[in-house]
Amino acid sequence: MSFRLSYRDDPGNPWFSWQYLRDNSDTVVAALRDHTTLTLRAVLIAALVAVPLAVLAYWYRPLTGPILALTGVLYTVPSLALFAFIAPYLGIGVVTVLSVVVLYALLVIVRNTVAGLNQVPAEVREAAEGMGYGRWGRLLRVELPLALPGILTGLRLATVSTVALVTVGVVIGRGGLGQIIFAGFQNNFYKSQIMTGTLLCVLLALVLDLLLVGVGRLLTPWLRGRAG
Amino acid sequence: MNPVRQAVLWLNDPLNWTNPGGILDRLGEHVSISAAAVLLGCLVAWPLGLWLGHTGRGGGLVVLVSNLTLAVPTLALLTILPLTFLGFGRPAVVVALAVFAVPPLLANAYTGVRQVDPQIREAARGVGMTGAQALRRVELPLAVPYLAAGFRTAAVQVVATAALATFVNGGGLGEIIRLGFGLSIAVGGGQILAGGLLVAGLALSVELFFGFVERLVTPRPLRRARRGAGRRAADAITGS
Repeated sequence: MSFRLSYRDDPGNPWFSWQYLRDNSDTVVAALRDHTTLTLRAVLIAALVAVPLAVLAYWYRPLTGPILALTGVLYTVPSLALFAFIAPYLGIGVVTVLSVVVLYALLVIVRNTVAGLNQVPAEVREAAEGMGYGRWGRLLRVELPLALPGILTGLRLATVSTVALVTVGVVIGRGGLGQIIFAGFQNNFYKSQIMTGTLLCVLLALVLDLLLVGVGRLLTPWLRGRAG
Repeated sequence: MNPVRQAVLWLNDPLNWTNPGGILDRLGEHVSISAAAVLLGCLVAWPLGLWLGHTGRGGGLVVLVSNLTLAVPTLALLTILPLTFLGFGRPAVVVALAVFAVPPLLANAYTGVRQVDPQIREAARGVGMTGAQALRRVELPLAVPYLAAGFRTAAVQVVATAALATFVNGGGLGEIIRLGFGLSIAVGGGQILAGGLLVAGLALSVELFFGFVERLVTPRPLRRARRGAGRRAADAITGS
């Protein structure tokens, strides 16, 4: 069964086709799994590096400027150029794709975490100090929980952009769903294959984003009443 | 031989610059495609953003557009558009890139008009300006720094994304990188790295140049105050 976008379309090459999905479910599922695990690993690694980095920038004010400036400059570097910088050293493989997407995710999470930490009101910080919290206790019990909305925003942005960015991995043949999109383009412009890859990408980003929203709601019960 | 030395060697070969399909050709393609895309983006996004900001409606739309384009892979648009009525070649690439230029342009145009002091807006009404006059003679000039900031973000993003045009044979500096990868890492490592340096260098110069332009068109009294405001506006758009 297939349906067409417009009457002018070539009937042999529709944009949407269940036939394609049924015949190629193995390839599509493998690519989707590849894409999902790459994204999750990248965001996890990025978060594990970014949050301590942001705390460092928050504790030592002179570091804030350089860290944010560095992330800004790195963010201007095009993704393809980053692949070009890393691939000659790490070779053609998952590690290269992972490093590139981790770097981008890192920048987003660092920026949002620093912003979140800086939003903690000074009175709250002083009150925590007055109650006898040390630096670590204050960080873990007061400041990080209060910065959670900022951190989660960073995680959401990082996740969504990582899903899109992984597709650039086609340049070294490890693009997850990008592989499907690009192969569809090369194999006689197989429209339904391109469309399947694209829709799955957008869907994956949406699902992961909603998951993070759910996690955020669970982690910040005190915001629920206010948001209504 | 390590990749850096290979890259220096590759960049030092004059023929790599002047040959047909050499660096100069690719640079020309890259810049002309990007310029066309940014201009197309401006034509669509600025009037819409200014008008939405003027009427104060559509804030949700602005956020929706920026979130949606964040989730759509560039590669997907680049491969889909040539198969539509746009056909293969430059128009499809330009339109695909323009789509990614729209969110920063739109968001900044919208915020630029929204941030105008309500008292100023009322004063404009008070001296008898119509809505269109107030937009053109009061709100638009005050929004110029924001427009410039959006333009800079969009230009950098488009120049960065234009590197991907090579996947659909759209030309540009990305071509050098892709051909390098085609040669395998051992042989093409230098070319890959050189291409990366060229693309990154171009993006950074565009960022610096339009950062300078942005400073130039921002009236002096607004310069310090606006930095914080601009950042806050950007945060609001990204959803924090």
